[in-house]
Amino acid sequence: MHDNATSPSHGEGLAPVENDFIRILKKRASSVAFWRGIASIVAFTLFWEFCARFHVPVIGNVPAPSEVLASLAVQIKLAYYWLSWADSMIRIFTGFIIAQIIGVPLGLFLGANNKARETLFPIFEIMRPVPPLAWVPVSVIFWPSAEMSMIFVTFLGAFFTVVLNIVEGITSIDIRYIRAAYSLGSTKRDIFWRVLLPASLPSVVVGMTVGMGITWAVVVAAEMIATNTGLGFLTWRGYVAGEYPIIVVGMMSIGLAGYLSSALIRYVGAKFTPWLKTR
Amino acid sequence: MNTAGFETADEKSRGAINIRNVTKVYDPDGACVLAVDNCSMDISAGEFCVVVGPSGCGKTTLLNAIAGFHGISGGEIYLDGELLCTSERMPKPGSDRIVVFQNGALFPWFTVLENVTFGPVMQGVMAKKDAEDKALHMMGQMGLQGISMNYPSEISSGMRRRVEIARALMNNPRVLLLDEPFRAMDALTKTVVHQFLLNVYDEYKTTIFFITHDLDEAIFLGSKVYIMTTRPATIKKILEVTIPRPRDFRILASPEYQRLRDECISAVHEEAVKAFKAGEREM
Ligand SMILES: Nc1ncnc2c1ncn2[C@@H]1O[C@H](COP(=O)(O)OP(=O)(O)OP(=O)(O)O)[C@@H](O)[C@H]1O
Ligand SMILES: [Mg+2]
Repeated sequence: MHDNATSPSHGEGLAPVENDFIRILKKRASSVAFWRGIASIVAFTLFWEFCARFHVPVIGNVPAPSEVLASLAVQIKLAYYWLSWADSMIRIFTGFIIAQIIGVPLGLFLGANNKARETLFPIFEIMRPVPPLAWVPVSVIFWPSAEMSMIFVTFLGAFFTVVLNIVEGITSIDIRYIRAAYSLGSTKRDIFWRVLLPASLPSVVVGMTVGMGITWAVVVAAEMIATNTGLGFLTWRGYVAGEYPIIVVGMMSIGLAGYLSSALIRYVGAKFTPWLKTR
Repeated sequence: MNTAGFETADEKSRGAINIRNVTKVYDPDGACVLAVDNCSMDISAGEFCVVVGPSGCGKTTLLNAIAGFHGISGGEIYLDGELLCTSERMPKPGSDRIVVFQNGALFPWFTVLENVTFGPVMQGVMAKKDAEDKALHMMGQMGLQGISMNYPSEISSGMRRRVEIARALMNNPRVLLLDEPFRAMDALTKTVVHQFLLNVYDEYKTTIFFITHDLDEAIFLGSKVYIMTTRPATIKKILEVTIPRPRDFRILASPEYQRLRDECISAVHEEAVKAFKAGEREM
């Protein structure tokens, strides 16, 4: 059924994907909504350029799009710019992956085990409202290096989200599925692996996507406070050094990086939940 | 007529259910609700038993007790002469008493084939390959070809319900417990699944415990229709549906069918009015 989509023969390698891509583009391009969107972006950019050129109060202090583009052209030739990407990405993914490694099993355990949940969940309820950023000072004191403290706050950002989502996913499973599985002869163990786990996967994916967003918010702020590398610091440095176009380059890079990481999570998530595709 | 490894000798003694003076009180935080009161039913092996009654009268409660989803407060339930439940003893859910739920409980994360083979594979009574062969054969006979690799969300609701019945039958259960399985379906889909269930019954002669609100459905499908009183549930009346099998939609026009239907309606109407009045009083 999925054959023609996933295993193209070599040579025409990307052809089906490309065709899909072009088809979607064509479809988009033929819709009025698409052109309205484009028009609004163009108008916004022109407005911004205009404000900068004519020094309109307040808005005029932001560097013009033309300056930003020029600055971007310089930045992408510098190793420092790409090192900033790498540093932020490493922090994000280290914190994020550790959060999944600890959070997913813990969430599953708490979700599946009522007594454990009743005992431990209140701790989560207390910790959850504390924004991850509020942890920065504590973690700088607590961890021996700035790097570790930043990875720790990124970890926290993703950790609570994923645990809470899994617990919520498992506890909201319709009892019918569990009853049906018992009727059909499942043991407790089977129920866990074949009902609780797959039923909670969609919430895990949602938790990871949301967690990834939080992670970026946290790491950028932490980089501005606690270190001198990464995209967050790049942006901050632009401010401190008075190179305003770099601030905007940094902001846009962070936006793009966040978008790419979320897209990756969604892509991987979709692979793990093939049954949701057809809804 | 029999296929798919059903032993004829066994058949006669399979699936007889005796419900003796069963009482069930729900007691969530002290607010006692007497759902079933001193209810007795004798369902013989291979009977297509249909239970109708006003909403909230305790039908599901009875079915859940047989399935082993919750206990009872008094009385006994026997399955094939063996004691199944008492107030002290709640049976585990098992593959000999499989439930098909109103909203369906096919696992969305498994394909149709994985769903249908779930029982035998979980119980370890069949190798996966054998179970798949049996499932495909059975689904072929039931007119469910070509969907084995689909996810449940990809097939129609009528298909899903039929697949779920196939999944239950794969376990060669003593009794199929169906709790308003066709409730949310449109009239056309219903005619299809009704004929399907009749064919399955003619083929397998499994005992069926079928709950419904739909009187036409009850008479069309059932061998006996048990009409329940409003809560607390007891049996008000038993209708023998003498229309011969195999049945198809043509019987709907027969005088016999009309007679049974009238009888059924008048009995149910009485209870419905009582239930309505009781509801008004509670409000
Ligand atoms: N877990 C429960 N706790 C308390 N009361 C319950 C519980 N389950 C059911 N009841 C009550 O017991 C009565 C019988 O419920 P039951 O679900 O068996 O009715 P039913 O005949 O299946 O109704 P319906 O036709 O609407 O499905 C109802 O009044 C219901 O409110
Ligand atoms: Mg019910």
